[in-house]
Amino acid sequence: MTAEVISELLREHINRLAASGKRADGRAFDEPRELVVQKNYIKNAEGSARVQLGNTDVLVGVKIDVGEPYPDTPNQGVLSTSAELIPMASPNFEAGPPSPTAIELARVVDRGIRESKTVNTEKLCITPKEKVWIMFIDIHALDYDGNLFDAASYGALSALSCAKVPASKIGKEDYPLPLEHWPISVTSAKIGRTIVVDPNLDEERIADARLTVTTDENGDVRAMQKGLRGSFSLEEVRGAIQTSQRVGRSLRGIINQA
Amino acid sequence: MEGGRGRPRSVMAMEDIEHIPKELKLIDESGIRLDGRRFDELRPVRIEAGVLKKADGSAYIEWGNNKVLAAVYGPREAHPRHLQDPARALVQCRYNMAPFSVTDRKRPGPDRRSVEISKVISEAFASVVFVEQFPRTSVDIFIEVLQADAGTRCAGLTAASVALADAGIPMRDLVTSCASGKIGGVVALDLNKDEDNFGEADCPMAIVPRTGEIVLLQMDGHLTFEEFEKAMELSINAAKNIYEIQRDALRRRYSAAAEQAAREPPPPPPPRAEEVPPPPDLPEDLPPEVDDL
Repeated sequence: MTAEVISELLREHINRLAASGKRADGRAFDEPRELVVQKNYIKNAEGSARVQLGNTDVLVGVKIDVGEPYPDTPNQGVLSTSAELIPMASPNFEAGPPSPTAIELARVVDRGIRESKTVNTEKLCITPKEKVWIMFIDIHALDYDGNLFDAASYGALSALSCAKVPASKIGKEDYPLPLEHWPISVTSAKIGRTIVVDPNLDEERIADARLTVTTDENGDVRAMQKGLRGSFSLEEVRGAIQTSQRVGRSLRGIINQA
Repeated sequence: MEGGRGRPRSVMAMEDIEHIPKELKLIDESGIRLDGRRFDELRPVRIEAGVLKKADGSAYIEWGNNKVLAAVYGPREAHPRHLQDPARALVQCRYNMAPFSVTDRKRPGPDRRSVEISKVISEAFASVVFVEQFPRTSVDIFIEVLQADAGTRCAGLTAASVALADAGIPMRDLVTSCASGKIGGVVALDLNKDEDNFGEADCPMAIVPRTGEIVLLQMDGHLTFEEFEKAMELSINAAKNIYEIQRDALRRRYSAAAEQAAREPPPPPPPRAEEVPPPPDLPEDLPPEVDDL
C-alpha cells in the first residue's frame, strides 16, 4: 500500500474539532455510526449478512461444510475466519495475498467469536475424531469508510446468528447454528487527547492509536487488540472498556433483532 | 497466547494434551502453580546484550523455558522504495518461530499468527523510537524464537528493546513487555505453555516504564473488568523488574566493553603526514585521450 497522503488541513480541522468536543460528522465522542444489518443476504451461503456502519459496507458469508476435527478437540466443530480487502472498497487496497492489515482484521474478529464461545462447537460434532462441521467465516469489505474491525465483527455475528447447519447433506434435518453468546467489539481511536468511538476513515487516518475491546452480554472482556503507532494510558484503557460495555449493549440489540 | 485456547494447533502437540489430566488444577489451594510459582511470580528472566557480530544491535533472552534472539539493523535505506516515508523512519519487525521451537514442528515461514505479532510489535516500537530523525529509512527488528514456552512475543519484544539500545537507536525509553492471565479462576502473572493452553485468559501488554504508556495490548479469553484491572496491575509491577534486568544487561555489555578497552593497549595512531609515502610517480606520457570514436 502506498503511503497515504493526508491533508494537513483535514488533520488540523479534526484535531481542532476534537479539542472543542466535536466530531466532523456531528456525533458525540461515544456515539457509533448508524448500524444497518441485513441478514440472509446471500442465498448460497449457510449464513450471511450485509452490514453498513455509516458508509462502511461489509458483507460476511458463513459457509458450513463437513470436515475433520483437530486431533486435540475430536468432538468439536471448527471455526476459521478470513478477510479480503478487495480493491473496489478503497483506493488503497490492492489485489494479491492478504496484507498484514487483512490478517490482523480476520484474527481480531476470530478472537472475539472464538474466545466468547459464541458458537457451541460441541454441537457441531458428527462422528467424534472423524467428522465435524467446519464454519468458514469470510469477510468481504465492499466500501471502506473506517473501522472495519467493528463492521466485520458485527457482520460475522449477524451471519452466524442466521446460519443453518446443512445437516440435510448427511441425511438429517438442517438446524440453526447453536449460538450461545453475543460478543460485540467496540473500537476506540485516540486523536490527540480525545478518544472517539467507531472512527470514520478521516478520523482513523489521523488517529494515533486504536483499541478494540470485545465484550459479551455480561459486560465481561473477551478480546482486546491495540493498534497503530500511539499509546494509551491505563486510565484510557479502562475508559475504552467501559465505553465498549455501554455501546455494545445497544448494538447487540440491533444485531439480535435484525 | 502461544497455542491460544484453540489456535493455532500447530504449536500444540497431542502429548501436551494427554499429559494433562482432565481434573488438573493449574493452581492449588495454597496458591501454588504447576511449576511451583505463586500467582504474582515471574519466571526467571536473563538477558544478554550484544550477542551477534554482524547485526547493528542484538540481544538474547531466556525467559523461563523461552529462548529468543533479537537483532536490529538500521536505520538503513527502506526497501522496497515505495514504502519509504519522507517524514520518518519505518519500524519493521519480523517475528519468526524456528521450526524446532515448538513440540510439533512449525512449518517454516510466516503464518497468520506471526504476521499479526510482527505488526503489533512494530507498532509498539514506533512511538518510542525517534523516527522523525531518520526519514526514508527503516529500522529493522528481527525476533527469532528458538525455544517456545508461551510468552514469546513478550520475551521477543523485551529483547528487541535491548537490541535497539545496543544498536544505538535513539529512543524515548526502553519498552518492557509482560503478560498476565487467568488460570483455574485466579488472575496470575506470566503464563507458561500449559497455563496458556488450559487457562481462561491471556493478556500480553507492553509498556514504556518511564511514562506508563501502554504501547501493546492484546487479550483473549474471559476476564471481568475487575480481573482485567488485577492482570494489568500484575503486569505493570513485573515490568518494573524486567526493566531493571534490561538496563542491567546494557550496563554489563558496555561496562565490559569499556573495561576491555582499558586493558588493551590503544591502537597505534595513524601515520603522520610526513610518514605517508608519496604516491607512486605517474607515468610521464599518459596515453592521449581518445575523443573521436
